[in-house]
Amino acid sequence: MFSELNALALARAQFGFTVALHIVFPAFSIGLASYLAVLEALWLWTGRSVFMDLFRYWLKIFAIAFGMGVVSGLVMSYQFGTNWSVYADKTGPVLGPLMAYEVMSAFFLEAGFLGIMLFGMNKVGPGLHFLASLMVAAGTVFSAFWILAVNSWMQTPTGYGVNPQGQFTPLDWGAVIFNPSFPYRLVHMVLAAYLTTALVVGAVGAYHLLASRRAHSGASEGARVMFSMAMWMAALVAPIQILAGDEHGLNTLRYQPMKIAAMEGDYQTQKGGAALILFGLPDQANATVHAKIEIPHLSSLILTHSWDGEVKGLDAIPRADWPNVPILFFSFRIMVGLGVLMAALGMTSLVARWRGGLYAWPWLHRFALAMGPAGFVALLCGWITTEVGRQPYTVYGLLRTDNSASPLAAPAVAASLLAFVVVYFAVFTAGVFYILRLMAHPPAPGEPGIEEGAPMRAAGITPAHALNPERTLNPAE
Amino acid sequence: MWTLDLTVIWAGLIAFSVFAYVAMDGFDLGVGALFPFLSVGRERDTAMNSIAPVWDGNETWLVLGGGGLFAAFPLAYAVIMPAIYAPIIAMLLGLVFRGVAFEFRWREPRHRAAWDVAFALGSVVAALAQGIALGALLQGVNVVGRAYAGGWWDWLTPFSLLTGVSLLAGYGALGATWLVMRTEGELQARARRYALILGAALVVGLALVSLATPFLEARYYQRWFTWPNLLFTAPAPLLVALVSALYFLALRRGADRAPFLLALGLFLLAYLGLAISIYPDIVPDRISIWLAAAPTSSLAFMLVGASVLAPIILIYTGYAYWVFRGKVGAEGYH
Repeated sequence: MFSELNALALARAQFGFTVALHIVFPAFSIGLASYLAVLEALWLWTGRSVFMDLFRYWLKIFAIAFGMGVVSGLVMSYQFGTNWSVYADKTGPVLGPLMAYEVMSAFFLEAGFLGIMLFGMNKVGPGLHFLASLMVAAGTVFSAFWILAVNSWMQTPTGYGVNPQGQFTPLDWGAVIFNPSFPYRLVHMVLAAYLTTALVVGAVGAYHLLASRRAHSGASEGARVMFSMAMWMAALVAPIQILAGDEHGLNTLRYQPMKIAAMEGDYQTQKGGAALILFGLPDQANATVHAKIEIPHLSSLILTHSWDGEVKGLDAIPRADWPNVPILFFSFRIMVGLGVLMAALGMTSLVARWRGGLYAWPWLHRFALAMGPAGFVALLCGWITTEVGRQPYTVYGLLRTDNSASPLAAPAVAASLLAFVVVYFAVFTAGVFYILRLMAHPPAPGEPGIEEGAPMRAAGITPAHALNPERTLNPAE
Repeated sequence: MWTLDLTVIWAGLIAFSVFAYVAMDGFDLGVGALFPFLSVGRERDTAMNSIAPVWDGNETWLVLGGGGLFAAFPLAYAVIMPAIYAPIIAMLLGLVFRGVAFEFRWREPRHRAAWDVAFALGSVVAALAQGIALGALLQGVNVVGRAYAGGWWDWLTPFSLLTGVSLLAGYGALGATWLVMRTEGELQARARRYALILGAALVVGLALVSLATPFLEARYYQRWFTWPNLLFTAPAPLLVALVSALYFLALRRGADRAPFLLALGLFLLAYLGLAISIYPDIVPDRISIWLAAAPTSSLAFMLVGASVLAPIILIYTGYAYWVFRGKVGAEGYH
């Protein structure tokens, strides 16, 4: 009834599904944890209550996003063993220690200080509380560091040997961790997390600016401050991200040229000047791109810096080693297109700021509102590009995906996949609903920590009394 | 066999992580399992508040146990996970439900009843699945070469169900005694009654599992019942009997903290008993720690980090427990 191929396809579907739903929450948490630390620092520094209002406002949202990141991350830490046991056996000696460092340096830091960040304002005072917020923010960045070292090693493995049991063994830890694609990927990903969060914060600010305009009332100071901060981030970070992405692409061209060929839709090697395909419909079966719009010689110029440089196509390698071109072709273009729009939003906001229209131009606010989810979409498309582009390998060029999976019967993988889909759908729908509902309320002066009188809650959940306004409004206390 | 090498050190560290997980997440899973038996409103809120600041840190030990196994004993990780595939997936899904319930149940009063069910069911499923996984490993898994070679229902036997129910009862006893320690009044009195019942169930479960284990594999039998090992193993059941008696006495005389500590003592004894049965294997009776260990370069690299970071982790974990010490009410700690 089920073939082995089906078990493999199901295992890949399960990993793709669980990791895609996981990644959006830590990405949001990385950005939000840093934003919260900045807000608390500004509050301590200036004493302006609007920063504490915004801190409390986003803390409630952070608590939910972080909780969902924790539980979906727990699932990820067992995926390697349950569904990819051969991969786990072979890569464990190299990748396991990096993940152990992630747990020891990042997860415990986050978990240990989260309780204090969320509960402990009146137990430890503003100074120690700020330290806890900083530790949580640092933990999220450390976590990104280690997990991206793992991911990058799978793309560009260096510093390893192979032992008689067929396991990769570490020869040089510096080369394993700082493998060729790691610095580029780390910068690109952390910027993506910050940009994604800035777009969400900006969209929430824009929503409340639009709402108060409709109600003919003045916008709350909180809405204006968060919108302004988010637009600064978009204006500064989006252009830097485009540069970082370009550098990352050149790095990929050097170490994984066939991934670039697939992203560009280049099935055939082109001599005498390769054209850049702007758009088209890739046809994997016939190894061609239909209805393409292209610019002659541009691909050669970008990739080889010469008018007639040769650009290798997928025909340079056996067909069995090709990644899926249509997926890469579109995911890459969606990511780039959204990146350009983000930079456009940032630039527009600068013009608006200069002309005094930052809080007054409704079409700017509508633009920012529409771009709210753009960061998440671009992030997922970027991940699809890099991970689907790694196929058909789990460790690029060394370990094939079809030699990595667990010896499991297809029904086992199918049943667990179905269970994940059902549970994630229920849990994450609820979580996103609660987050959106919190966002629908404008940040108010004297923003409550959590509903008044409600009991203390989960990891990352502040008891109302811990954020009691009378007790904590004055940082000098 | 007794030389202290990196492999033995790492086996010890992983064993410590697993016990730290069982000791810490055990009580908060137990509180979750007791949830349906607490009255809606104040009692449930208080019980939830008593574990809210610490559950995330507690569960991090599970990530460390899994991650540490992957890193230090990749072969064991690669064999064990497919062997207990269904219980592991069930455990993860249970933990997803109960983890988000901590936050979601406060978000919308109309949904609270549903998230309370998710919290309790998730906790029960996670506890049962962990116990079943333990039984499945103890009874022996089918290994060929470097891979699991059994089916995906091999884990399900009367023995694994026994270990599952026993662990659930044990976590329940930990949860009940935790509530005895951290709450007051009616809830405390109720928790004390549950602690008596669940403690009794735990002792019965321990006895049954201990009686069955030596007959699962010849090696367990030799380990426990041959001379001179008997000299060291004979006191184990006596100690269990002694700690059990103290546990019930402490509950009877109305002690606050002693029952929780004695329940932890029972867990420690049971855990040491397991170690006696299994060591030096990591997949019982199939794969030794030396066969499964990652190369020295991996173990040494991690040990550098662990020897610096583990003490720091223990210190601030202790600090976090200290900040939130004392009796808890429905409005939070006071």
